[in-house]
Amino acid sequence: MATHLPPKPAPQYSEATAGGMAGAHHDRPRGLMRWVLTTNHKEIGTLYLIFSLTMFFIGGIFAMVVRAELFQPGLQLVQPEFFNQMTTMHGLIMVFGAVMPAFVGLANWMVPLQVGAPDMALPRLNNFSFWLLPVAFTLLLATLFMPGGGPDFGWTFYAPLSTTYAPPSTTFFIFSLHLAGISSILGAINIIATILNLRAPGMRMMDMPLFVWTWLITAFLLIAVMPVLAGVITMMLLDINFGTSFFNAAGGGDPVLFQHLFWFFGHPEVYIMILPAFGIVSVIIPTFARKRLFGYASMVYATASIAILSFLVWAHHMFIVGLPLVAELFFMYTTMLIAVPTGVKVFNWIATLFQGSITFEPPMLFALAFVVLFTIGGFSGLMLAIAPADFQYHDTYFVVAHFHYVLVPGAVFAIMAGVYYWLPKWTGHYPHLRLAQWHFWLSVIGVNLTFFPMHFSGLAGMPRRIPDYALQFADFNMVTSLGAFLFGASQLLFVAVVILCIRGGEKAPAQAWEGAEDLEWTVPSPAPLHTFDTPPDFKPDQP
Amino acid sequence: MRTMLVWATGALALAGIPQAALANGWNMPVGVTDVSRDIYSLHMVIFWICVVIGVLVFGAMFYSLFRYRRSQGASAAQFHEHTTVEVIWTAIPLLILIGMALPATATLRTMYDASQADLDVMVTGQQWRWRYEYLGEEVAFTSNLGTPREQIAGGDEKGENYLLEVDEPLVLPVGQKVRLLMTSDDVVHSWWVPDLAVKQDAIPGFVNENWVRINEPGIYRGQCAELCGRDHGFMPVVVEAVEPEQFDQWLAQRKEAATQAAMGIDREWGLDELMTRGEKVYGSICASCHQPDGSGSPPTFPALAGNQAMLDERARHIDTVVNGVSGTAMPAFRSTLNPVEIAAVITWERNAWGNETGDIVQPSEIAEQLSE
Repeated sequence: MATHLPPKPAPQYSEATAGGMAGAHHDRPRGLMRWVLTTNHKEIGTLYLIFSLTMFFIGGIFAMVVRAELFQPGLQLVQPEFFNQMTTMHGLIMVFGAVMPAFVGLANWMVPLQVGAPDMALPRLNNFSFWLLPVAFTLLLATLFMPGGGPDFGWTFYAPLSTTYAPPSTTFFIFSLHLAGISSILGAINIIATILNLRAPGMRMMDMPLFVWTWLITAFLLIAVMPVLAGVITMMLLDINFGTSFFNAAGGGDPVLFQHLFWFFGHPEVYIMILPAFGIVSVIIPTFARKRLFGYASMVYATASIAILSFLVWAHHMFIVGLPLVAELFFMYTTMLIAVPTGVKVFNWIATLFQGSITFEPPMLFALAFVVLFTIGGFSGLMLAIAPADFQYHDTYFVVAHFHYVLVPGAVFAIMAGVYYWLPKWTGHYPHLRLAQWHFWLSVIGVNLTFFPMHFSGLAGMPRRIPDYALQFADFNMVTSLGAFLFGASQLLFVAVVILCIRGGEKAPAQAWEGAEDLEWTVPSPAPLHTFDTPPDFKPDQP
Repeated sequence: MRTMLVWATGALALAGIPQAALANGWNMPVGVTDVSRDIYSLHMVIFWICVVIGVLVFGAMFYSLFRYRRSQGASAAQFHEHTTVEVIWTAIPLLILIGMALPATATLRTMYDASQADLDVMVTGQQWRWRYEYLGEEVAFTSNLGTPREQIAGGDEKGENYLLEVDEPLVLPVGQKVRLLMTSDDVVHSWWVPDLAVKQDAIPGFVNENWVRINEPGIYRGQCAELCGRDHGFMPVVVEAVEPEQFDQWLAQRKEAATQAAMGIDREWGLDELMTRGEKVYGSICASCHQPDGSGSPPTFPALAGNQAMLDERARHIDTVVNGVSGTAMPAFRSTLNPVEIAAVITWERNAWGNETGDIVQPSEIAEQLSE
C-alpha cells in the first residue's frame, strides 16, 4: 500500500529559518480566498477569534438594549416582545457565538504550539468547522428581521413556549443551532486528534500544559453533549412542523422532558465554557509568579472530576419543576460535591502564588481578577445548590448574578487574559501597557457594578427576564445599567489595544514573558505560519 | 501597592454590605411561614460560611500577592506539591458540605409533605394571568394585573404597588395548611410569593403540589418567575391572608356571587347588555394578546378587527373560543368562563371595532354546546 503514496516531501525549513520565509514554498491564494480556503491552524485560530470578538460586540449591544430598558421602571424604549428577543439573542450569541468560538480559536492557535505539532490533525475539517459558524449566526441574526421576530423564549428555550407558542422563525433558529453544534463537534474531534496523536516525541500526557489538558477534557464533553442538544432541537423541529407531540401536553407529550434533555446538555455546556478558562489561568499564574504550578496532577484530576460530575447535576436547574424528593436530594448532594474539586483548583492557584516572585502584567491582572471573581460566582453557586433555598433563588436576578460572575469575570476575563498573554506570540509586539491597564481596571469596576447589585435585587424578589419591574428594585437596576454601560464601553479599549498591537509596539522576543516555560515560547515572535515542521526536542520537567 | 489597596478596599466593602442589608430589602425576606423561616436561616448559614471561606482564601491570596512581589525582591521557591496539604483542603470542604447538607435535607422533607391539608386550591397559569379554584367549594376566579397600562407606558405616575397588584387576590386563611396544586393551560409558568417561600412551576399536563401555612394575616405579593411569553413581567401574584372566620365569610360571599353570575343562561339577552358584559370580559381576558383595539400581533395573535374569516364563520368563531385551537396559542375557555361570559365576548368581537355584523350569540346557545 505504502508504495502508492506520493513521496514524502523532505522538510525544507529548519525551525530557525522558518520565520519570515514561511509559506513562500506554496502558491497561496491571496486576499479573501486566502482566508476562505486556509487550512493553517494559526489563520483559522485568528478567524475564530475575530468572529468571536464580533459576536461579543453584537451580543453586547443586545445586552445594552436590555439594560437601557431596565434603567428605570416602566416601558420606555422597547416593547416586551422585542425585549424578550434581546435577552434571548444576548444569551444565545454570547454562549454559542462569543465564548465557545473564542476558546476554540485559542485552542487552534495554541494547542499545536503547546504540544509541538506542525498543525491541527485534520486541517481541512478545521476550515469547515470554522466556516459553519458565520453561516449559523447569519441565519440566527436574520430571524430578528422575520415576521413575528426572532427567538423570544430565553436562551434555554423551554417548550412549549419555544414550540407551540413560538414565532415562525424558530425553525431557522433550530437550523442555526444545528450548524453551530456540528461546528463544535468537528472542532472537538480535531482537538482530541491533535492532542492524542501529534504531541512532540517525549511529551507524555502528564507533561502537557494545563490549557491542553483542560481542552482535551472539554472536547470530550462537547462530543458527549452536543448530540443531545441536536436531539432536543430536532424534537422541537418535529413538534413545530410535523405534528409530533414530544413536548406538547395536549398530545400526550411532556414539557418537563424538554428540560431534562436541555439541561443534560446545558450543564456540561456550562463547564465547556469554564474548563478551558481554568487551563488559561493555570498557565498564566505560574508564568508571572515565576514558580511551577502547585499540584499539577491534582489540577488534572480536579478538572476530570468536574467534567464527570457535570453529567450528574443537571436537574439542579429544575429544583422547582416538581421533581420527587429523592431526585431533589440526589441532585443537591452531587451539586454540592462539585465545590470540592473547584475548591482544590482555587487553593492550588493560591499556593502557586505563595512564595512566588510576582509581577502584574496585564495577563496576570486578568488572571488574578478571574480567581477572585470566579470564586465569588462559585460561592453563589454553592448557595444555589442548597435545594430548599433554591426555591427562593430560582429564576431571580440572584441566578443572573451567579452565572454572569462565572461567565464574564470568569470565562471572558480568562479569554482576555489569554489574549494579552499570547498577543506577543501572535503579533510580535507587546500590547500597549497603559491602555491594557485602563481596560483592566474599567472592566473590573464595570463588571462588579453591573453584576454585584443583581445579588440584592434577586434576593429582594426580582424575577429574571422581565422588561419592567416593581419600584423597590429601581435603585439596584439603575446601578446595574450604569455598570453595564461602563463595562460595554470599556471593551472598545480592548479592540484598540488589539489593533495597536497588530500594527506595532514594543518588539517581543521568542520568550516574551520571563517566567513562561511552554513550547510556544521556543518559536519566534510573531510565530511564523509554519512551526514545528520537525518536532521540537521536548524535555519534561521531571524524568 | 496601589493595586493592593484597591483590592483590599473592595474586599472590605463586600464583607460590610450584607450587615447593613439585613433590614431593608437587600436580602431574602424572612417571610411569614415556618418553612420560609427555615429557608431564610439556611440561606444565612450558607452565606456566612461563604463569607468566612472567602475571607480566609482571599486573605491568603492578597497576602501572597503583597508579600511576594518581585518588585520587593521576592525570589520564587521551588516547591510544587504537598500531599498532606492537598488532602486537608479536599477533606475540610467535604466536611463543611456534609454539615450543610443535613439541615437542608430536613427542610426539604418538610417542604415535600403536603399531606393532611385543610384546604385545596388549584392554581392554573394562563398567558398572562392566574386562575384560582377552591376545590370542592365551587369558587373559582381569575386574577389579572391590576396596574393600569398608562402607568406602565409612563403617562401616569406609578403607584406604590406598581406591577405587584391584581384585580382579585387569592384569599387564604391563616393558621391552616393550604395545599396548592399547580398546573398551566399553555406554557410553563411559576407561581412565586417570596414571603411564603413558595415557588413552584405550573406546567401544562402536570399537576404539581406545594403547600403553605401562613402565620400572620397580611397581603403578600409576588410574580410569575418563569418566562412565559410577552407579558411574563405583568402577571403578579397577590395573596391576602385573613383570619379563618373572615375567610369563611368571604368564601360564602363568593359562592353566592358565583351563583348569581351563572344565572340568566336560559333567558334571551339583548345586544346592548351582551356588549357591555363582553367588553369587560374582552378587556380582562382577550386584550392582552389580541390588543384592546382588536388589532392582534400577527402572526402569533391574529387580528380580530376586520377578520373576515371569523365574521363569515360564526360556528367556527364560537368553537375557537370554547375549545381553543390546538397547536396554537389560543386556549380553550370552556372551563375558564361561564356561558354568559363566552356568549358576551363573542358578541362583542362580532360587533366591535367596525365589525358590525349585528350578530347576537345567546348564552343558551353556548350552554347547549358545552353540554354536548
